[in-house]
Parts: sequence; C-alpha cells; structure tokens
Amino acid sequence: MTTIQQRDGAPVTGPRPRRRSRLRRMRDDWWIYLFLLPTLVGYGAYTIYPLVASWWYAFLDWPGFAATGTFVGIENFDRLMDDELFWNAFWNSIVFLVISVPLRVGLALALALVLNRKKTPFKGFFRTLFFLPVVTTGAIVGIVFTLLLDASGPVSGALVWSGLTDTPVNFAAEAETSLYSGIAVWVWKWLGITLIYWLAALQTIPADVHEAAMIDGAGAWREFRHVTLPMLVPFLVIITLIDTVAALNVFDLMQTLTAGGPSFSSEVIEIFIFRTAFGATVPQLGYASAAAVLFGLLTMLIAVVQAVGIRWARRRTGSA
Amino acid sequence: MMAAGTDVEPLTAPESVAAKPPLRSRRIGRPRPGQVGTALVLAVLAGLWIYPFVWLISASLKTSSEIFGGGLDLIPEAPVWENYSRAWTEVGFATYFANSVLITVGTVLLIVVRSALAGYVLGRYDFVGKKLLIGIFLVTFFLPEGYTIIPITQLTDQLGLLNSHIGVILGLGAGGQIAATLLYAGYFRRLPKELEESARIDGAGQFTIFFRVMLPLAWPITATVVILTFLFAWNVYLLPLVFTLSEPELRTLAVGMTVFVGEQSTDWSGMAAAAVISLLPVIAVFVVLQRKFVDSIAGAVKQ
Repeated sequence: MTTIQQRDGAPVTGPRPRRRSRLRRMRDDWWIYLFLLPTLVGYGAYTIYPLVASWWYAFLDWPGFAATGTFVGIENFDRLMDDELFWNAFWNSIVFLVISVPLRVGLALALALVLNRKKTPFKGFFRTLFFLPVVTTGAIVGIVFTLLLDASGPVSGALVWSGLTDTPVNFAAEAETSLYSGIAVWVWKWLGITLIYWLAALQTIPADVHEAAMIDGAGAWREFRHVTLPMLVPFLVIITLIDTVAALNVFDLMQTLTAGGPSFSSEVIEIFIFRTAFGATVPQLGYASAAAVLFGLLTMLIAVVQAVGIRWARRRTGSA
Repeated sequence: MMAAGTDVEPLTAPESVAAKPPLRSRRIGRPRPGQVGTALVLAVLAGLWIYPFVWLISASLKTSSEIFGGGLDLIPEAPVWENYSRAWTEVGFATYFANSVLITVGTVLLIVVRSALAGYVLGRYDFVGKKLLIGIFLVTFFLPEGYTIIPITQLTDQLGLLNSHIGVILGLGAGGQIAATLLYAGYFRRLPKELEESARIDGAGQFTIFFRVMLPLAWPITATVVILTFLFAWNVYLLPLVFTLSEPELRTLAVGMTVFVGEQSTDWSGMAAAAVISLLPVIAVFVVLQRKFVDSIAGAVKQ
C-alpha cells in the first residue's frame, strides 16, 4: 500500500523513490512553493527587506518624509558616537535590562517554587491573578500607572498615610526614579508569563526525584540547591534569553508612562529611535536608522551570547 | 520538542486543586503554621498584583475630583456611569474599538492562514531551499520591532497603504511571527503519513488534503495561534501609532488612549473609563479561556 508513486513531493520520512535533479524537484514540487508563497512574499517584504533597508538608510541623510535621502557614508554613525542623548538612551536600556531581567526571572522562580508545592492552597487562583497583567495592553498600563503614581494618586497616598514619606511624591516624574518606576511596572506586568515558563519547567522534574531527596533526608533548601536547581539550569538560560529580548522591547510601556522624561532620564533606545524618526519637528530617518541598526546589533549580540549559553548548559546537563 | 498546547499537561487546573481533598499530602495531615504563612504572603502579594485593576474600575466610576481628593477609598460615593458614555461617544472610543476589532481579526486571519500553509510543507515535506528558509527564520527570530519600523513605514507608504486598515494589518501580520509557523510545523510533523496516502488513494489533490484533512486536525495549534496573535494584535502600540499619526479615524484603542491623555490630561475619570473599555475584551477572553491561555504559552515556550 505504500508503493504508490509519489508525484507530489516526498514526505520527509518516506523513502526517496529515485534521485531527481534540483530543477526537476523544484518543478515537481511547485505546489509546495505555492503553499509557501504568502509567507515568502510577506516575510520578504516586511522582515527581510526592512532588515536590509535599515542598513542602507543608516548611510543616508534623509530629513522628513522626502522621497529619498542622499548618501553621506558613515556620517550618521560618526554623529551617534558623539551624541550624548544616544548614549544616554543606550545606557538606560542596559540599566533597564540588567535590573529588570534578574528581578523578573528570580521573583518568578521563587513564586513558581511556592505555587508548585502540593501543599500550597488555591494554586490555580493565584496563578490566574499573577497572570492577569500579562494579557493587558502595555500602552494602557503605562497610562493607568501615570494616574496610580501621580502625587495625588493612591501610591503616593499610601506612602504618606503609612508614614514612609512626608510629602506626596510621583516616582515616575522624578529624574532620579523615573527609569526605576518603569522597571517596577514592567516587572509587575510581565512576571506572570515568566511564572508560567518556570511552572512548565518545574513540571519536567519527575516526582520521584523529590521523593528520593526526602528519603535521603535532604531539607527543602538542600533539595532545591543540589537537586532542583541543577536541573533548572537549561531553563534558566532560555527563560533569561526570552526575558532579555523582551526587556529591549519596552516602547509601549515607557512611552506612555514617562515618554522618556523627565529630561531624558528614562529614555530607552526605542524611544530615542521613535523620537528621532517620527516625533521630532524635522524627522531624521537616516540618523534614526543608524541608531536602529546599532540597536539591532545589540539585540543580536545578546541573543547569540545566550544561544551559546544554551548550548553550554545543555551539554553540561546532558539533556534539555 | 513539544509543540502543542493541548497535549502538554504542565499545570494544575484551578478546579482540580479545589476538588482534591488534602489527602494528597500523605506525610502531613493537617495544615502547618508554615502553610498558613505561605498562603498569607501569597494573598498579600496577589492583592498587590490586582490592586491596579480594582483601583482602575473604582476610578472609572468616580468623578475626577473624587479621584484626586477622595483618599484611598475604593468605593465611589455614587457610581458615575456617565464616564463610560463620555469616553465611548464624545472622545471617540466607539471608533477606536471598531478599529481595534477589525485590525485584530484581520491580523489573526492573515497569520493563521499563512502560518498553517507554510508550517504544513515545512513540517511534512523535503524541498529545495528548506534549510535556507529555516535558517533565515531562526536568525530573524528576535528582531526587535524598533529596528524594522522605519523601512516598514516607508514600504507601506510606497504601497499607498499608509492610512488604511489593510496597511496596519499587513504591517502586523505579513512578516515576523515565526513562532506560529514553527508551532504548525512541529505539529504537522508528528501526524502519520498514512493520512495523506489514504486521501490520495481517494483521489484528493494537495489542496483538498490540506484544507479537508490536515488543517481541521491541527485545530489545537490553530487555537493556540489565534490566542497568541489576538494578544499581540490587540495590545500592539508602536506600529499603529506610527501608521495613524496623520489619520485619527484609524486609531486603535491603545493609540486613541494616548491621544486622549494628551488632549484632556485632567479628565482622570474619563481616562479610567476608557482604559476599562480597552482592557475589558482582552481580560474577558482571558478569564473565559484562561486554561487554554496558560497552556498555549507554556506549550509555545517549550518549542
């Protein structure tokens, strides 16, 4: 019954009937390319083309929405190197990442360990509550928190009421704390999804490992340190990678919460790009593209470093 | 490599927790003080977590002066439903809402169709250029949207689609979204190949096989992709913001909200009502389908 001639492309697992030339195969498999057509066209136009075009734009002086720009070589990159606001945004993004990712990953792990215990009551209910902010719109959340954090809003009110501060304070509107308010709101919003990642990871640890540790008389901490944690290392690397990339995509929340202010104190790199390309009185598309290209390189670099980390972690534990 | 949400069973459902008597913990029969403490800490933390939503609903039913001066009291003196009608009609959230629905539905359809088609051939067939294609997908997996927004805007402008719904839908759904394609590919790979063979004996062509046999079989993945894409399209901000800078009629809820704030920064209660209107659909869908949501995300991350 499996002897019928496979005219329309060979299934991956099936035996190859006979060797065909490349061209012949492509002609025979025309329908496969038809299936791929929407993705090829869409991906080509909306992902590959922008990827390449950004590099081209980065070498242009392109004011506003003029038809096109003029080639200026590496002038944009030269200017970026000396642009204090660019480096300010760059470092703000790095600070955001370095503080928020460990917070998000660590808090979520602690919470997941508690919610993964058999004895914890109302697990499903708590999980739902912590997940709720994840589904909400980042831009709306940013605006809602401008109200919550306002000097006459509830956060400030609660701090004054409890005596922690003497005068009403708006953390999002102070240059010293605006970036950190953004980090706090971001961790609040996204903790739930990292929690789900961790719970999924913890499910892969077989129950008999726990029982064996119990029989050996290991306490909760020692069991975590010597049994659970080593098994979680590959997941730690993957979850950190996902959350790190997420920490570089915070435009919606930061733009609506602080818009980068006051006086650029919370301006992350995406806001810099947006402001330069679309928000300024004279938009500078070439200059913004140069910043975007550097931003893309940074993201890729981090992804590559972590991909190497994943490989390493997998080899170390011998599985994943 | 797990692919699907439905055959992953990573988490305990709320019902089963409530249904199971504490017999399950064999070693300890009654709750210890530590357990009560844990529950208490969790409850306080969970309270903090949902406080912004409770406050938002409360604020949406107060007058603006009551929000400013009413202290920490969450119960409004008398619910002001007028906040909602003001946001809906005067501020224009009825239009924004319709735009968000249209753009979300269009994006979900586009991504489901093109990801299912591509995932099917990537998962089940060998063809010239397959390795290259997968390589490109993986390299561009983490491309940030801030990186591509300028060329995408230029491209859409040149296509004459800058101030149209279809322009926004294409911008959101035509590129990227590789996770959906990989989810489909992973699922289709595991279906037995006898499926196609018997259909082929019955004389069905490739397209009939796909639409009549394979796509219906992949409904768990379709459900996952619909949920994840719905979340993405409903909540996205940067692209609709840039695309509708000069066309107020096309604003989505998220964009309309920021314009509202810019224009009437003192109407707190109107803002709160508008925020509730914007968040309600996505929260409602989540509450109804929460099990599927959580499984989708847990399943997708295992890919």
